[in-house]
Parts: sequence; structure tokens; C-alpha cells
Amino acid sequence: MSELLRVSNLDVRFDTARGLLHAVKDVSFNLEPGESLGIVGESGSGKTVLSRATMGLLTMSTAKKSGSVVLNDVEITKLSRSELRSKWGTEMAIVFQDPMTALNPVRRIGDQIAEGPRVRLGMSKKDAKQRAIELLKMVQIAEPEKVLKKFPLQLSGGMRQRVMIAIAIACNPKILFADEPTTALDVTVQAQILGLISSLRKQLNMSLILVTHDLGVVAGHTDKIAVMYAGEIVEMAPTKELFSNVRMPYTEALLNSIPRITNQSGIRLPVIEGRLPDPTLPQNGCGFSARCKYATEKCHTERPQLVDGGNGHMYRCFFPLGVNK
Amino acid sequence: MAGSGKAHIQGGEDVVLHVEDLVVEYRTAGNQKVQAVSGISLDLIKGETLAIVGESGCGKSTFGKAVMQIVAPKSGSVVFQGSDLMKSTKEELRQLRPKMQMIFQDPVSSLDPRFTVSKIVKEPLEIWSRGSDSEQESKIDELLNSVGLEPALVRERHAYEFSGGQCQRISIARALALDPEILICDEPVSALDVSVQAQILNLLQDMKDQYGLTMIFISHDLAVVKAVSTRVMVMYLGKVCEIGNPTDLYKNPRHHYTSALISAIPVPDPEFSISAQIIDGDPPSPTNPPSGCRFRTRCPAATELCAAEEPQLREMGGGNYVACHHPRD
Repeated sequence: MSELLRVSNLDVRFDTARGLLHAVKDVSFNLEPGESLGIVGESGSGKTVLSRATMGLLTMSTAKKSGSVVLNDVEITKLSRSELRSKWGTEMAIVFQDPMTALNPVRRIGDQIAEGPRVRLGMSKKDAKQRAIELLKMVQIAEPEKVLKKFPLQLSGGMRQRVMIAIAIACNPKILFADEPTTALDVTVQAQILGLISSLRKQLNMSLILVTHDLGVVAGHTDKIAVMYAGEIVEMAPTKELFSNVRMPYTEALLNSIPRITNQSGIRLPVIEGRLPDPTLPQNGCGFSARCKYATEKCHTERPQLVDGGNGHMYRCFFPLGVNK
Repeated sequence: MAGSGKAHIQGGEDVVLHVEDLVVEYRTAGNQKVQAVSGISLDLIKGETLAIVGESGCGKSTFGKAVMQIVAPKSGSVVFQGSDLMKSTKEELRQLRPKMQMIFQDPVSSLDPRFTVSKIVKEPLEIWSRGSDSEQESKIDELLNSVGLEPALVRERHAYEFSGGQCQRISIARALALDPEILICDEPVSALDVSVQAQILNLLQDMKDQYGLTMIFISHDLAVVKAVSTRVMVMYLGKVCEIGNPTDLYKNPRHHYTSALISAIPVPDPEFSISAQIIDGDPPSPTNPPSGCRFRTRCPAATELCAAEEPQLREMGGGNYVACHHPRD
């Protein structure tokens, strides 16, 4: 299959008062048409910065970027701002975590959905309204004509996130970025929204990049997963392969710390002691070594490279789990 | 569901807190009345961790605040140590409050940004003049140590210098300063990462053992609740659906809403097929709740009876109670 997106050696540093903060370190991945990738990590692991940098949304002067992002044979990082803008909506679109602050509180839902089709696709007002109704139906909102006239605060969190999705898919993007799209929602609504995103992806043959801290969320909705830690991809594999053959101790620790309903009551949960390393300090050795229960002297002093262990399973560890050396 | 009833009230000497027919009513901007908590009764047993679970807007936080009398209930009673808090004077309430403490969801905004950590933890001790200054100082060190913070490193720092998980530890230290009997935790780990979440849940368990606490643990996450609770109460639109021990309730939910909540939890296993039991839509508006059982508009088993008559809590064996006309087998 032809490649839709290739990110190579993407690196992002921010100039901060505390010094240069290394948020994304030499990240590479690719995405095929219709494929879905989950990017998983804790707060501060760089997952959001990675997705923003891929979309070209990091325009602040303090962000120092290098590396390449090729979308449909076009090098995104070399584009002018207006050329880049023309890609947003039509090729890449994003759904944010908080649907209340991402929507304009003083504009009607209908106008917000119609904006993309009007500006990007040059639709007439009438056609754009029809398109908005069609989109609201696609995101399974009942009585779309009524909802068009409403303001965001008149809708529930789940409805607002559906509207966000409608806006994102309005111009038939090739890739949908969803950055913690369900973190602000209740568990029942989360299940609805994840189901909706997955079915739209198949229906529209979109690719999906699902950014989340929850391995439970990506398990059922992605083809492959990249686990990030301290700005690096530490493990990347097809979803089933990752869950059945975890190689990276960090991924294992992350999986174990998820509370499950199959747990006994009143037990102690396994925890990952310690914290992420300070991103402003240079890193010797493996970023996870200070918290890793398997770490040896080598892990503290030498940096592991991302190696291919077969079956498309990449990991960044000297002593991968389940592999005899 | 979302029924009423008191079948689950057992009484007895080990009841720390007795809540009966608690109603909390808010007025909306349009001057409509909303019953956020609609006639809830409950006995809190000494040493238990009662979890209250439900979606946003089900009234679980309001219930916690109403017990503390932070919001004034409209009717009902909250009896703690022989006094009905709703009939107590302001001063009587003030005297009782040190015994009932609360931890909030957002650990950063619930700490005073201008206070140092030692001042945050010391404030309750000063207000209640607990011991001499040096006794207070050593109490601060003891508390910080027990929540896993190194006193020498944290005492003179401010809340904004800490991560969310560390701020939650400070909140816990503050809440424990006056040796409370009841600790109400309102979504204490919802704002935290999964790895930090596990640390705080373990800490709460330790603190409960160490200080002999009775806890109310409010959360929307059934998986989190399973780990910490000894009893679970499921709420929907201000009413109780089901209450019981976690083992039975999770293995064999009798209420259709409980079952829907459980099946909506994402499972970290790609082979796990997503259950068809996901419920549609959002909860109906609490300004105009459905007649009879409040869950009937989203319930797969709803019948005419459910619209006509509100189900009452009834015992299903093993100390488990459900408010449903057609409970699951």
C-alpha cells in the first residue's frame, strides 16, 4: 500500500526560562491510508507535542524543530504558512480533548461546522448548511436542523465532542488526529465516541492518530501503537503484537498500573515509582532506567536505540522482556 | 432506578454516619428546580470505604458536599455522632467538621497558591490550637512523611512547584491533620495519570489503615472504585440504582445501568470484543426527570411498569440491594 504519512527524525525543543526543553526526540513513524495509530504516554511524555508538530501547528518562535514530515509526497515542514493552512481540514484535521474550549462559545454550531466547507471547499452558504446537516447525521446527532441553531453551552459534553468530530471531518481529511478525545467524558459517552470515530474512519477510509494516556482506549481502536516516554518512542508494534508480547518494561509497568474491574477489592495496585526525567536536563542512558525494576549499570550509562525485533515490533531496550539473549 | 427506599438501612452500633431521605435542590438560571440528590438514604459503617459511582450530573459530588453541609440540603437528615447536622447551629457544625474531612478532584486549585506546604498542613492545627507550636511542627513532619513526601525538601515550597500527584499527597496530609473519622474523597484521582493514580490509591488505602478512617470515595470510574471500595453505591440522576459489595456487584450487576457502566470500561486487550451493551445518548435533563424509574429512557428492559411506578430498593441477597422492577439475573 502506498504511504500516506512519513515522519522522519522529528525533533522538537522549546526555549524555556529553565533552558532548552527537549519535548520530542528523533521520532519516526509512518501511516498508511486508512490505518490507525495510537500514541500512548503519560502527561509530559511528548505525545501531544508530537501530534501538533506533525500537523505543523507548532508555530511559536520558541519551538525549535528539525526532521521531516511527508504527507502525500509533500514535505510539510518546508511549506509556507498559507500552503500549510490549505492542508488543514482537507488533509489533516484534529479533534481536541476539551470540546467546550475548542468550540467558539459565541457562534452557532451550524456556522462553526459550515466554516470549513465554505472556506476550504468553496461551498455556497446553502450547500454548506446542507453539508452541516449531513455531517451532524454522520456523527449521530438527532434533529440536526435544531442543533445547527444552538450554541455549544446548550449541548452536553458528548454532543459537543460529536460536533467537534463533525467539524474535523467536514472537508474529508485524509488523517484525523484525535488528541485525548474522550478524556473529558464519562465512561459511557467515551465508549460511544470511540465507537463513532472508528466507524467514521472505516466509512471514510481515513487514517487516524489517536493520542491518549489510556492503553485501554487504544486497544480496541487502533492497528498499531507507539508508546512514548520522555519524548521518545520506546516501543512500537501492531496492536495485537504489542499486547501479546510486551517488550519494553515501561509498557509493562503502564499496563500493570491500570486499575481493572477484574482486580480483587482492596488490593495494592502495582505502581511505577518516581517521575519522568527532567526534560531540560541532558539524558544519559535509557530515559526509563531510573524507574525500571530491571535496570542494570548499562541502562544508566548507555542509550538504547530503537531496534526491530521482528513482526514490525520495535523497542528501545537492552533487555527486552520475553527475549532471551 | 433510580429508586428510593431504605431497605438497605441496617442501623447498629458501628454506623458512623446515618443519612436519611436526603434531598438537595438547586435552582437553575431559568428558576427551574433541579433535584441533584433526590431522597437518598445511607448508613456508613465504621471502617468501610463506600464508593459512590455514576456519570457526570448524577449527584454524587453534591451528595458528598451535602453530607459535609457545604451545600445545604433541602430536606432529610444527616446524623453524625448523635447530632443531626441539618439541625445543628453553625458553631456546632464547626466543632464537628474536623472529624469529617474532604479531598477534592483538582489537587492544584484546592491548595492555596500563596501558602508554603508547611503552612497548608499547619493551618488546620492552628485554627484548632492542637498542641504547642513545636508539637504542630512535628505533626506536620509526621503527616508529610506518611503521605510519602520528604519534609525537609517540601516544607518551604509552594503548591505550584509540585506535580498533580504530589499536590494530591499534600491535600491528603492536610485532610488528615485533625485526625478525622470520615474522609470524603471527591474524584481524588480523576485528574491524574494512570501511573500516579495507582500511587495515590495505594496511599489512600495505607492512610485508611494507619489512621482508622471511614471513607466515602466518589468516582465515575468503576475500575478505580473496584480497587479501593468495600461497598459500592451506583447513582443515576439523583437516585440510587444499586448498592452492594464490589465482588457481587461487578460479577453480577443486577441493575441494567450498572451493567452498562461496566461494559463501557475500555479494556486494555485488543482481543476483547466491545460489548453491544453500550447505552445510547446522554442522561435526560434533571430539570425534568422521567417518571417512574429515571433510567427507563435508556434501559433495554424498560416496560410500562417502569414509567408508572418508581422502583424501591430491595434486597437481592448477600447484602446487595437494587432498585429495579426487572433486575438482571
